[in-house]
Amino acid sequence: MNVLIDKFDVFAGGFWLTLQICILAAIGALVLGAIVAVLRISPVPPLRALGTGYVNVFRNMPLTVVMFFAAFGLPALGSNADFLRIPVLDSLFTRLGTDLPYFRFALIALVLYTAAFVCEALRSGVNAVPAGQAEAARSLGLTFGQNLRHVVLPQSWKASIVPLGSVIIAMIKNSALAGFFGVVGDLSATADQLTGAEGYAFIPVAIGISIGYLIMTVPLGALLDRIEKRQAVAR
Amino acid sequence: MRIKRVAAVAAVAALALGLTACGGDDGGDTGAGSKSFTAGTTMEKLNKAQKIKVGTKFDQPGFGLKGLSGKPEGFDVEIAKIIVKELGIPEDKIEWVEAPSKVREDVIVNGTVDLVAATYTINDKRKERIAFAGPYYEAGQNILVKKDDTTITGPDSFKDGTKKVCSVTGSTPAETIKQYVKDVGTQLVLFDTYDKCRDALKGGQVNAVTTDNVILLGYIAKDEASFKLAGSNFTKEPYGIGVKKEDADFRSFINDTLDKAVADGSWKKAWDGTAGKFGAELGSAPTINRY
Repeated sequence: MNVLIDKFDVFAGGFWLTLQICILAAIGALVLGAIVAVLRISPVPPLRALGTGYVNVFRNMPLTVVMFFAAFGLPALGSNADFLRIPVLDSLFTRLGTDLPYFRFALIALVLYTAAFVCEALRSGVNAVPAGQAEAARSLGLTFGQNLRHVVLPQSWKASIVPLGSVIIAMIKNSALAGFFGVVGDLSATADQLTGAEGYAFIPVAIGISIGYLIMTVPLGALLDRIEKRQAVAR
Repeated sequence: MRIKRVAAVAAVAALALGLTACGGDDGGDTGAGSKSFTAGTTMEKLNKAQKIKVGTKFDQPGFGLKGLSGKPEGFDVEIAKIIVKELGIPEDKIEWVEAPSKVREDVIVNGTVDLVAATYTINDKRKERIAFAGPYYEAGQNILVKKDDTTITGPDSFKDGTKKVCSVTGSTPAETIKQYVKDVGTQLVLFDTYDKCRDALKGGQVNAVTTDNVILLGYIAKDEASFKLAGSNFTKEPYGIGVKKEDADFRSFINDTLDKAVADGSWKKAWDGTAGKFGAELGSAPTINRY
């Protein structure tokens, strides 16, 4: 077990990089997922079809395949995901010390995949709002956008928080795949490095990286439980 | 009527197959079990059991590759067969177990396999947990680049910080190349297989792939129009057979067997039929190191 103490800095580095991927991917997935959710509930049939198509494609494809398309499909199409090099993000990547396209590829795959589930979580929240609310808002003369902003979404957020949390927890665990698609030094790649090149026994290393993931996921779950309880009181 | 005829043909065919299979067995069994070893040694135990579990790689062209035939092929596999034959166990009694880099020590320590032959570089860190017989081959780390690339001439070409290099997570070459790159974060790409590195090199996301020369030569052999080696080997990677740390008898038995294989030409035969096909300049047997 002394690998956990001897190589603490390696575990900590892997934890830090995984955390960074997860925070960036969570922000991206929540934004994109919200947009897709709006498409799916919009009154315009082509937009609705677009949203439904997106969810069906990315929800039903294994993440490994999505990762593969991002890491090997985008380059084949001649893109190094340079569109992610927008001013703020770019300075962030540089600070992360990862100027390689694979960090961006992994991010794209995680965001595209997770957004489909975020959309469905949000939509389940919208469905939890009694239909009368939206009908009343419409009859008052509110537009679709006003209706969403002022009546439906504020109420649906509450019902979506717990499923959204589960989606984000799943995303944190899914991020382990990035280590096998060119991202150097995240938690999952750390395990390979320690057991492969440095010859440490597998089980202590696996325990070490598990602790890393649990540190990210367990507090998030506890937080969600608290929010859920508070909501129960409010109702 | 038709069904009956098909059944009859099938039965005859099965019988014929069964007969030939029996015949094969009889031929192969000669000599098995006739060897005798000192009581209590691993050799005696394995010889008595008449079966052995060998760990090798299933994805390493030229050394251990499990293809469509379902049986692993390659130099590691041939060397393991020579050792098994010396134990007096027929070839078809070998149970091949996949031993990817990250679990090689564990499968030996846990006794999942009796020995590991899997492009296994002998080094001090690994010697802390297991023991090595051999080496039976000495590879060296090299660099694969695109055929038209003249800017990379060796590991020092990565020192200016602009070229990107790819290797496999947790491999020795990945650790070694870290000393030559200026910035690991922006220059080193790691995948779980070398095939992905080769694709990244072809796609232009990286400028080079680095690992042992024999693996790289396997890629060149398949696609000579696209790739070449940049410069010469810059490390020495002696490949050994991994066994349990405390089992000195078994280790010296394997060392003796390897010496014998080099002397009687079976080493050369195994080499020429497998990884040796990638390049004639590669193959000579190293001296066994009885550390």
